[in-house]
Amino acid sequence: MSEATVADTRRLNSKPQDLTDAYGPPSNFLEIDVYDPQTIGVGRNRFTTYEVRMRTNLPIFKLKESVVRRRYSDFEWLKNELERDSKIVVPPLPGKALKRQLPFRGDEGIFEESFIEERRAGLEQFINRIAGHPLAQNERCLHMFLQDESIDRNYIPGKVRQ
Amino acid sequence: MHLFLRNMSFFGFGQTAEIDIVLNDAETRKKVEHKTEDGKKDKYFLFYDGETVSGKVNVTLKTPGKRLEHYGIKIEFVGQIELYYDRGNHHEFVSLVKDLARPGELSQSQTFDFEFTHVEKPYESYTGQNVKLRYFLRATISRRLNDISKEMDIVVQTLCTYPEINSSIKMEVGIEDCLHIEFEYNKSKYHLRDVIVGKIYFLLVRIKIKHMEIDIIKRETTGTGPSVYHENDTIAKYEIMDGAPVRGESIPIRLFLAGYEMTPTMRDINKKFSVRYYLNLVLIDEEERRYFKQQEITLWRKGDIVRRSMSQQATIAAQRYEGSNPEPTSAQAKEETD
Repeated sequence: MSEATVADTRRLNSKPQDLTDAYGPPSNFLEIDVYDPQTIGVGRNRFTTYEVRMRTNLPIFKLKESVVRRRYSDFEWLKNELERDSKIVVPPLPGKALKRQLPFRGDEGIFEESFIEERRAGLEQFINRIAGHPLAQNERCLHMFLQDESIDRNYIPGKVRQ
Repeated sequence: MHLFLRNMSFFGFGQTAEIDIVLNDAETRKKVEHKTEDGKKDKYFLFYDGETVSGKVNVTLKTPGKRLEHYGIKIEFVGQIELYYDRGNHHEFVSLVKDLARPGELSQSQTFDFEFTHVEKPYESYTGQNVKLRYFLRATISRRLNDISKEMDIVVQTLCTYPEINSSIKMEVGIEDCLHIEFEYNKSKYHLRDVIVGKIYFLLVRIKIKHMEIDIIKRETTGTGPSVYHENDTIAKYEIMDGAPVRGESIPIRLFLAGYEMTPTMRDINKKFSVRYYLNLVLIDEEERRYFKQQEITLWRKGDIVRRSMSQQATIAAQRYEGSNPEPTSAQAKEETD
């Protein structure tokens, strides 16, 4: 028996793809926008909130579209919950900007437009990174952050199953 | 003590004679490149298991007229394993000696013939990160104070024929509800110039994949029991997909192994070390998260096709049964024939 000098490199057989799969919407659709910063309150008690809008077709999320309002400390809460309960390496948040909260600044401090825009972009990147993580998607805190009207800090931490 | 005395002869102290080894088939025998411990590449004579190692030892007296007194001249054929972290202990798995001259005197330069007939060379030569397996000839003139010796390394390759059973590797893996894939590789045993033909079939894609690659990882394992040490080295990284796949999509793999520097799979060599190879399928998503699945493959060395005439084959067969020790026929089976 003589051995072929050229290896057989023909493709392995594969099932033809269903056309609805090929041209239909992908099953990994997940988009979260952080926008519309609004500063509410007066004087020392002011704070900024952002609208967090999520659109998805992932079955693990109960709502396929949700809109909530969140402030920076809510994002901090989410980061802490995930660091404690999940095994994932949580990405960094944009800075706390404590220096900007000191008095006698020449500018608006944390209410400076350019700073708010910088923070908004950082928060958007943060939440998109988290929400796409398969392990974070199992955490109750993430679902509450994205889809509940308000965050119940006395909630019972736990996992979400599909 | 003996080692120190041997080293003295390298400095040429009291070097009254020079010794060198020449193979009988030096003109015709093939040479191959082999990496040395410091990463350089050198050429060495290539031998296979069962082949005879024969040649001449030339002893040249430096000062003509001055006699060389010695306690014996011998040549050794050694196959040994050296663990870098334990240099003092060489593990010899082949050790043959031929005495060339009884203790006495040499009044002039002389040449001695030697032959190690049908030497067993069970393992392939290997120079790795933490271990080295080598074969060499060592000619020694024993003397009162310091020996004169010379070593000549050779390289041994182990050949195999096509494995009788070579099933494909096919497996479904994934993360529950997030990513399910089925991967398939056409064989489980590949020779060093083979092609890996395979495919990745996506059953469920709920993450945003950016690209997919296949890596070849070499794992060198030394030590036993509690002190096992693995040294991993990524030999190749080969991108097989750029972009986001969807359900039902099949991505082909065609990876030519000849372009990479690899050795055959070596399992538990003399119970001292192993060299194994793994295919690592890696998917990377848009946030740089990596999802991977490692799968071992067996690599083997295929001989070049050797067409022997009938009379040549008959001669070799006859040679194998000469002498007092008939050779096992396994040596014959290892040469690739058509």
